[in-house]
Amino acid sequence: MPGMYLIIRDIYNISDKADISMLEAGNARGGHSKPSAPGEARSGARSLALALKLLGFGPLLILIALIAGASVLTPNFLKLGNIGNILAQTSVIAIVAIGQHLVILTRGIDLSVGANLALATVIGGLVFRVTDSTLLVMGAMLASAVAVGAFNGIGYVYGRLPHAFIITLATLSICRGLALELSVNHTTMRGMPAGIEALGTIEIFGLPCSFFVVLGIAAVMLVVTKGMVWGRWIYAVGGKPEAALQMGIPIKGVLVSTYVLSGLCAGIGAIVLSARTQASSPLYGNLLELDTIAAVIIGGASFLGGRGHIGHALIGAVMIGVIRNALNLLNVDVFFQMIAIGAIILLTVEADVLRGHLEARSRVLQASGGRNS
Amino acid sequence: MNAASNPPVLAVRNAVKRFGAVQALKDVGLEAYAGEVLALLGDNGAGKSTLIKCISGVHRLDEGEILIDSKPTSFHSPAAARQAGVETVYQDLALFDNLTPAQNFYCGREVAFPRWLPRGLRLLNNAAMEREAAAVIDRLKVKLPRPDAPVALMSGGQRQAIAVARATVFARKIVILDEPTAALGLREARKVLDLVKQLRDEGNALTLITHNMEHVIELADRAVVLRQGNKVGELRPTRENQHELVSMIVGAER
Repeated sequence: MPGMYLIIRDIYNISDKADISMLEAGNARGGHSKPSAPGEARSGARSLALALKLLGFGPLLILIALIAGASVLTPNFLKLGNIGNILAQTSVIAIVAIGQHLVILTRGIDLSVGANLALATVIGGLVFRVTDSTLLVMGAMLASAVAVGAFNGIGYVYGRLPHAFIITLATLSICRGLALELSVNHTTMRGMPAGIEALGTIEIFGLPCSFFVVLGIAAVMLVVTKGMVWGRWIYAVGGKPEAALQMGIPIKGVLVSTYVLSGLCAGIGAIVLSARTQASSPLYGNLLELDTIAAVIIGGASFLGGRGHIGHALIGAVMIGVIRNALNLLNVDVFFQMIAIGAIILLTVEADVLRGHLEARSRVLQASGGRNS
Repeated sequence: MNAASNPPVLAVRNAVKRFGAVQALKDVGLEAYAGEVLALLGDNGAGKSTLIKCISGVHRLDEGEILIDSKPTSFHSPAAARQAGVETVYQDLALFDNLTPAQNFYCGREVAFPRWLPRGLRLLNNAAMEREAAAVIDRLKVKLPRPDAPVALMSGGQRQAIAVARATVFARKIVILDEPTAALGLREARKVLDLVKQLRDEGNALTLITHNMEHVIELADRAVVLRQGNKVGELRPTRENQHELVSMIVGAER
């Protein structure tokens, strides 16, 4: 993936160049031959803001470059059928990543999503053996997944655990074990109600139905996180939990709600996956927790909490889908896909660190800028 | 001084607070008046922080009472104290680095609609909050690089100013400042002190905790000195009685 490295390097370079050119511009505006300190601070702050903005767009630029590179290398990549393929394959990661992103926003992590999804499909499959009602099967899947999410959240908050890592690790194991134990013959069960089957086969404008499910969930979550008071509280809890407490934000409720929503997203993911495969299996969603965490991080959200939005989860999920699909089309070994995704994770985490440094520089610039004003 | 004409906005009477065997406050009382700066002085462990935490709803008094506008009150939480008009700016500022100044101002008490929904489900009225925040920042002459940038990008003085400004958006009576200049350079400390003066002139009752005697003499109308949980003195700080004030703080023989 040399192209990707070049792009990242370019982003770093652009910020450096911008620094210099902005400084020069500031001096030129000042009309003095020697640099004037306030102008320097002001233009320095401006170039820092520019660099930070570029870092924010980094993941999107990487995605665009990946798509451009893939469509040059393999002519089949940009065909509608293949794009539909990518979207269908990405939809489960995207949906569950949206929930994961909420949890990561509050400095948490949900390791149980993959096993939670598998258990939900198994519960759905078991209900289908009794009734072929679409609504009942869907409801059972969602109820199972939400219950696991609520267990995570309540156990984490009211069990006063230091971090969500442990409890979601526990529920990962419990859910996977339960799914294997409950499923008939401990393996895949065929068949889904007609309504769910239709969800997996219907296409709208040549695009899979699941794509529009993703769009719908993303739209709802966008309103919740950016438009509603509750969403602002999620960001506040992720930004500084101690301060959130002092400001009277119901921090426990906010934390529990993110795990419940993550569970709900895993449940919707279970429906979408069962629809596509027309089956339920205790083996579904293996390593999905890592895919979704990777999607959120390479999409550009901060693992340290408080920063990120729905777009990051979506961009990251599509990026993973594009890498896998393009390398498949190119007949590249599947192991290289893992290496490529790992490399992008490293790059984006480093970009997050770099952002922290730029912000620190901005603080210093502000303090010194004040001296001259 | 207002003391003669108006009743105190905040009064603490016979305050006692114990932490196990340690008695952090022993029968302490103080009064704060509108348009006045009260300095709360004392060495480390003297009980200053415990006292302001009791006033701002973090701790509850074991004995004694807190009166606001002459009415006895008891706060169960910092949020309750804030609702009653007591705003506290702690040393760690309690700012959210990932939010903008306007978002910080209104965090936990957002302007939102419609009113019939539970508070968390209401939709944010960002325009109104930004407008109000900009007006406050403007009034207090706080200089910020970009009002829409996250607080993480701002200097120590700017962050302090934002925290103090936030306190004034809602403070109707009392603002408590815990060492507002401790972490700042000279220039930035000066700006914060100017802010304190302006808040006083706007009719707030300010309580200032600081170790800087210069700031006390410059700003404070009255100083209350605590030592080992006792109130050991109250006087009007001037350059002449600075030594007396310091010996009260450290407990030297008079």
